[in-house]
Amino acid sequence: MPETLPIDSVGLVTPQTLHFDQPLTLQCGKVLPEYDLVYETYGELNSTASNAILICHALSGHHHAAGYHSASEKKPGWWDSCIGPGKPIDTSRFFVVSLNNLGGCHGSTGPTSINPLTNTQYGPDFPVVTVKDWIISQARLADKLGITTWAAVIGGSLGGMQALQWSIDYPERIKNAVIIASTPKLTAQNIAFNEVARKAITSDPAFHDGRYFEHDTIPQKGLMLARMVGHITYLSDAAMGEKFGRDMRNKAFKFGYDVEFEVESYLNYQGERFSENFDANTYLLMTRALDYFDPAKEYDGLLENALKKALCKFMVISFSTDWRFSPERSEILVDELIKADKHVSYTEIDAPHGHDAFLIPTPRYMDVFSAFMNRVAKEI
Amino acid sequence: MRADLKIIEQWVKPESHVLDVGCGDGTLLQHLQENKQVKGYGLEISGTNITSCIDKGVNVLEQNVDVKGLSNFEDNRFDTVIMTQALQALRQPDIMLDEMLRLGKECIVTFPNFAYWRTRFYLLRKGRMPMSKALPYTWYNTPNIHLCTFKDFEALCVQKNIHILDRTVVDKEHQDRWFIHMWPNMLGEIAIYRVTR
Repeated sequence: MPETLPIDSVGLVTPQTLHFDQPLTLQCGKVLPEYDLVYETYGELNSTASNAILICHALSGHHHAAGYHSASEKKPGWWDSCIGPGKPIDTSRFFVVSLNNLGGCHGSTGPTSINPLTNTQYGPDFPVVTVKDWIISQARLADKLGITTWAAVIGGSLGGMQALQWSIDYPERIKNAVIIASTPKLTAQNIAFNEVARKAITSDPAFHDGRYFEHDTIPQKGLMLARMVGHITYLSDAAMGEKFGRDMRNKAFKFGYDVEFEVESYLNYQGERFSENFDANTYLLMTRALDYFDPAKEYDGLLENALKKALCKFMVISFSTDWRFSPERSEILVDELIKADKHVSYTEIDAPHGHDAFLIPTPRYMDVFSAFMNRVAKEI
Repeated sequence: MRADLKIIEQWVKPESHVLDVGCGDGTLLQHLQENKQVKGYGLEISGTNITSCIDKGVNVLEQNVDVKGLSNFEDNRFDTVIMTQALQALRQPDIMLDEMLRLGKECIVTFPNFAYWRTRFYLLRKGRMPMSKALPYTWYNTPNIHLCTFKDFEALCVQKNIHILDRTVVDKEHQDRWFIHMWPNMLGEIAIYRVTR
């Protein structure tokens, strides 16, 4: 944490846990008899509970979206650039809820949790959860917090998919959906990258079919590789070029295979750091949730028909250099929203950072996001 | 509210579906939403304008129609398709007109009339490409690559069997003055047309 908190920070925050006794039947058919959800809130819920915003996290995200947990925490929450007083998701107007999804590894019930039926870690026995399952669990969280309707459900990437699913599954409970750097379904290339990531993990000798905890080890190398390949897809060629170019750690080639280029060093560092903080089974599960996401599937593959149920207003934002979920993917969603006769606005932000641009406060992105959220606030 | 937009407003039916191609800062759509309860979308390429539209509560889609066209919209999707002061800046205005009439039962287009007497006089007197309030660009940086006249547009409509429902011309202040109608191709600075198939 910086010595003095910026005025647009939500400040020190403490995660909270809610326990749910009501069993949850998942899309895969399995049942979670009970579960916990960890979440954080920023701002104040108004007397009519009409100013609540749900923040949905992406693949490796969690509940800590803004502010600091302690004075010793170096970095704020993952979306601190957009959440806080005066920021697009203005906590002086909105009550913001951000949670760790089921299957996560940051407190909510997931593969690292204890299975109440066996008293051991779930590990690979934790059922595959889907975006639809998450929406149900999030609706139950809303019930417990006294929130009947979200003023907006907002997310980037996998988070945007959750916002989209909310609009279809609970049309009366969401007034606005903000879908950023996302897609209505993955392409074969997207799934292929996920498969490489999963294969990296499952082929690590320390993986032990997902029961690595029983062997007192973790598939660190596999996780590291998975993150490295993922990380490449989150950045653009230009962003990488600008950051590292072909810079070398030493001037001359060593004609070997140790780390020589700065970009190699960076990827290794990112991979290592990630592998120390993230659970391998959760990574498998989250990438599968991505692969499976396809709200049109139960509507004969017609997204337009799925979207007909939606009642909310949509804001779709893409980024010019995002090749993980390119602007064309967002435009497909927008076209279907138009066919379904929905209120939708769409913009493509010219930003050099690739998929990660949704986390970076570029001026036009902040302007357009703020303008939309101003409208949301006016309609509370 | 600009006078030409007021004229357009009279031609839009209450609670109808509208597409505003090149909607600018969303002034017209906002006005139509508030006064005519229309539902619609604006298409725009300028980031600043898109933010203004969102600020006004107008549905706006970033779409460069000169590149992408309008193929993402279904036939007869709208009651009225509007294009104000943009036709002359497109690479293929004639094809755009066809497309607009594919999407909408009616189209409203406005464009600067290149046969306006001041424009003619400017070229005649100075021998240089005319510049005015309606055409405030030099020849090399103008977005207006397909300028036309009142007569040209009507000839295109005849050629394409496009039926002209209404037409009017206004001056540079967008005021509708009676004398303009006596000789529109000479006296009108901005042409406003309502057309259908």
